[in-house]
Amino acid sequence: MTDLPILSILIFFPLLGSIVLLFVNRERVYAIKVIALIFSVLEFVFSLPLFFLFDEGKKGMQFVERYTWFPEWGISYFLGIDGISLLLILLTTFLTVLCVLCSWTDIKTKVKEYYISFLFLETAMIGTLCALDLVLFYIFWELMLVPMYLLIGVWGGPRRIYAAVKFFLYTMAGSVLMLLAIFALYYLFYRQKGFFTFSIFDLYTTYVPLSIQYLLFAAFAISFAIKVPMFPFHTWLPDAHTEAPTAGSVILAGVLLKMGTYGFLRFAIPLFPKAAYDAIPIISILAIIGIIYGAIVSMMQPDLKRLIAFSSVSHLGYVMLGMFAFNMQGVEGSIYQMLNHGISTGGLFLLVGMLYERRHTRMISDFGGLSSVMPIYATFFMIVTLSSIGLPGTNGFVGEFLILLGAFRAEKIYGILGATGVILGAIYMLWMYQRVMFGTIKHEENRKLKDLCGREILILSSVVFFIVLMGVYPKVFFKKMDTTVEEFLKFVSERKAYYATVDTQQKLSSISDLGGRR
Amino acid sequence: MGEYIWLIPSFPLVGFLLNGLLGRRMPKAFVSWVGCLSVFLSFLFSVFTFFELLRLPPEARLIEVDIFDWIISGEFVTRVGFRIDPLSIVMCLVVSGVGFLIHVYSVGYMHEDPGYPRYFTYLNLFVFMMLILVTANNVLLMFVGWEGVGLCSYLLIGFWYEKDSASNAGKKAFIVNRIGDYGFLLGIFLLLFSLGSKGVWTLNFSELEKNVNLLNENVISLITLLFFIGATGKSAQIPLYVWLPDAMEGPTPVSALIHAATMVTAGVYMIARLHFLYNLAPETMFIVALIGVLTAFLAASIGFAQYDIKRVLAYSTISQLGYMFVGVGVGAYAAGIFHLMTHAFFKALLFLGAGSVMHALAGELDMRKMGGLKKYLPTTHWTFLIACLAIAGIPGFSGFFSKDEILWKAFSSNRGSIFIYILGLVTAGMTAFYMFRLLFNVFYGKERVDEEIKHHVHESPKIMTIPLVILAILSIIGGYVGVPHVLGGGAHFEKFLEPVFKVPHEGEIHHPLSLEIGLMVLSVVVALIGIYFAYLYFLKKPELSESFVQKYPNLYRTVHNKYFVDEIYGFLFVDNLLRFGRFMKNVIDEAIIDGIVNGTGYFLRGLGSVLRFLQSGYVQAYAFSIIIGAILVVGYLLMKVTS
Repeated sequence: MTDLPILSILIFFPLLGSIVLLFVNRERVYAIKVIALIFSVLEFVFSLPLFFLFDEGKKGMQFVERYTWFPEWGISYFLGIDGISLLLILLTTFLTVLCVLCSWTDIKTKVKEYYISFLFLETAMIGTLCALDLVLFYIFWELMLVPMYLLIGVWGGPRRIYAAVKFFLYTMAGSVLMLLAIFALYYLFYRQKGFFTFSIFDLYTTYVPLSIQYLLFAAFAISFAIKVPMFPFHTWLPDAHTEAPTAGSVILAGVLLKMGTYGFLRFAIPLFPKAAYDAIPIISILAIIGIIYGAIVSMMQPDLKRLIAFSSVSHLGYVMLGMFAFNMQGVEGSIYQMLNHGISTGGLFLLVGMLYERRHTRMISDFGGLSSVMPIYATFFMIVTLSSIGLPGTNGFVGEFLILLGAFRAEKIYGILGATGVILGAIYMLWMYQRVMFGTIKHEENRKLKDLCGREILILSSVVFFIVLMGVYPKVFFKKMDTTVEEFLKFVSERKAYYATVDTQQKLSSISDLGGRR
Repeated sequence: MGEYIWLIPSFPLVGFLLNGLLGRRMPKAFVSWVGCLSVFLSFLFSVFTFFELLRLPPEARLIEVDIFDWIISGEFVTRVGFRIDPLSIVMCLVVSGVGFLIHVYSVGYMHEDPGYPRYFTYLNLFVFMMLILVTANNVLLMFVGWEGVGLCSYLLIGFWYEKDSASNAGKKAFIVNRIGDYGFLLGIFLLLFSLGSKGVWTLNFSELEKNVNLLNENVISLITLLFFIGATGKSAQIPLYVWLPDAMEGPTPVSALIHAATMVTAGVYMIARLHFLYNLAPETMFIVALIGVLTAFLAASIGFAQYDIKRVLAYSTISQLGYMFVGVGVGAYAAGIFHLMTHAFFKALLFLGAGSVMHALAGELDMRKMGGLKKYLPTTHWTFLIACLAIAGIPGFSGFFSKDEILWKAFSSNRGSIFIYILGLVTAGMTAFYMFRLLFNVFYGKERVDEEIKHHVHESPKIMTIPLVILAILSIIGGYVGVPHVLGGGAHFEKFLEPVFKVPHEGEIHHPLSLEIGLMVLSVVVALIGIYFAYLYFLKKPELSESFVQKYPNLYRTVHNKYFVDEIYGFLFVDNLLRFGRFMKNVIDEAIIDGIVNGTGYFLRGLGSVLRFLQSGYVQAYAFSIIIGAILVVGYLLMKVTS
């Protein structure tokens, strides 16, 4: 492995792009777009070696960088990735390129600030995925909020301010809970080991008494559940998606939501394994409600973006269900579904954005019969729709199948209930597709709609490429996460067992105490 | 050449890609050649493979090859791999052979359609998926084909998507199939889970067969039942048959290929493929046979009162599929597959014949506006006649041998029962009746064609009639590969499939030959009675049928409206789902959950205006107070816990 601080480069390269953009004259819109594109493409190219250099057989973190930052408080600049963050980083750099491309003609005002925000957002996202120090993580985590808030609030639709404030306050509320829990854990560790640290690997070894473990897990879990979003914390999502510009929705669905599920995997579960295990019924049931509820509410939405937003609630329900199955199939399926959702739902938002750019409406009832005027668009839309409903042969199937298998293994009823989403998914997606694409043209404006241009075909072809690759040959990606997930499961079950023994010892000693008193 | 069996499904895939990517920009001839040739190559390759199999000793007739790893997660491993044995090669031959004829026919039938390249793209994709289904060597890959043909069905039923009825029908087909697939999926989970807990993680058919004894009987019953739910969706059985009649919205050759000859038989194939599981689940087997015979009867009765020629054929398909399920349900897998094959010939022929009639009559479907077409459409007429004789079970035609085999097994096998036999026999008579009703109404009697259309009535071009003729020949000779011993035949078909099904001969009740002959004669008599009544009611004295309708208006209306099953389902499921969805969206989501969220926001804002003096507007001050607050709360908590 090279000594190049590759993760730092990946984190700060987009930031460099933002800084470069600061010095470009705002009138030179084309130059701004080209610079943003170059930076995002280079960033994607830089992230590819990660994939090939990543040693899939090796346990633990790779590409680790660690420098002390505030040694007296135990804060360090600590980066590293495993199979899970590797795949999510690649998803991020890939989607960012598509976002820059799809904003090409979509964004017409404050173009300079737009791309600055976007590249800044990329820095924050990759930072969040690489950080192994809780303070560093929290900084990046909060940093993501700012550009996203701006993307919705400045370049969004008519109710953008409401949506942006709701998004910001809701996630902020969760973050504050998490911050409290971080400090508590930090202090607890200090009391036990006598030194301060924010490194998660140190903190993993903290013994968290059960009474407080539930509280801390709840704080982390609520914070992440808002981000996911899990039912019933989901209502900020449809508003944020509807009002955000296309690229904002793509990155929100594609990456930001995954920060919630990633947070569970990296922090909430391994830090508080006993509480996580005990929370299986609650989380699984909420996940199943999310799957079914998201699908049913999605079905009734008149607005395309809201429909897709609720479908995200349903899909993320699968992710959570698989994760809390705590077996290989469930967890791997869950991680795979995170990627799938990024590709498929990202693709759906891209498609809706392309329509919006042409017609300036997202209402399903304003469309109908588009297949005859936009045949190429219709084909892409069909493929992405099928991927979203998990047709075998597409990426969605692999994830859904493994998740449901994992859930079934863990608790049959979870699998049985979760699988109803397979039917509901087909209903709401195909009904939507029918109303938009089939039938005769009812609105004259739609008759003149232009089919996709070369740039749009390029964007969607890359989405379809991954839909097929991930559906037909998932091994490429599974190979990268196998070791990580095995290790994760082993660690969590060992820690859970450890808590169980401590628990029995305490019970025994309390019994002997009683005996002594007598 | 054994390693190259994956080529069988690959040709149509190439055809799909070529036509899908280039079709719109290429001349029609290119599309037609690619479409037809790719399926023909599959057929040719299947024929070679078939002879390759024949050269092997019977018990060694199995070629299996894994191509690449597909889904691997922990103990769970599935590969993309193929398997050719007597059962799958029969399916390959039928799918690619009949499929090829229908492709050729389509060249003529769809010639004028602006969606010509799209049509052939979908058709090739369908053949690809169907071949995957029948050549897969594991359950999950079979499921890929299973859902894949469902997708193609959706695309082809809704091919004329500008018509709402077409896109609705396509959507209905997909969703109803998905309901079945839900059962299928749970079956897979239960199978994997039950074997997995015994340490065996596999979905490969050969492995499953070897390890099937690890499962206990109740679990097997449940698994097979769940799989059968999938089959009721795909193969249009009670209660999920409702999508098939609507599927007639698609172009007629599609109905011939997908909704008669191939896709809908997938459920029968699946049960035959998993016969080793079904053999151990007598309860499920009984349910399969019972559902089969009930469906056969119900659909045949609906066929009495339909005027749309394609709908009559659709219900007859459902009914004939019911027979196949009776066959596999009583353990006569070979008989079920035999009927699957002969049915593919004569039903494809019937649909293509109907297409030829529509072609002549500018798309007319109502048999009340036909009649006397015999002299205008000679080739269509006599091929259609052969198909009707075959489906009615007249000796000498293919349907006779296969249907009678099923009825005989339903009667004689220890899994059969007299009830199933009698209902099957009655249905056979009904089949003859409604099929000849159709034949007489379309080709014989008074000419009721509109004057305008009449001038243009013409026989279809050669490219359409030649496939009809070939299918007609197959509808006759197709039965002779399986002439039973009792008629002096060698039952070659059954013998060919024997290495797959390994029919247990012990415990079989031996019946005298005279009984078998007697029942055969009985079913022929029943069929002839059916034909006679059709002749009486629709040709000799048409007024009889009208007076019947007037005498029993309610009965007629109920049957004509398909027992209102669509309306009942619509009310029970569709309306309630929509009502529930509206309630969830408007009340639960927007009023309650979001109401609480926004309410909290407003409450805090109200509180904020009271506490405004604390708001300095400086972010640092906020951040500072957040951290102070955090430390206080944490400190309090920790003191509480640690003290």
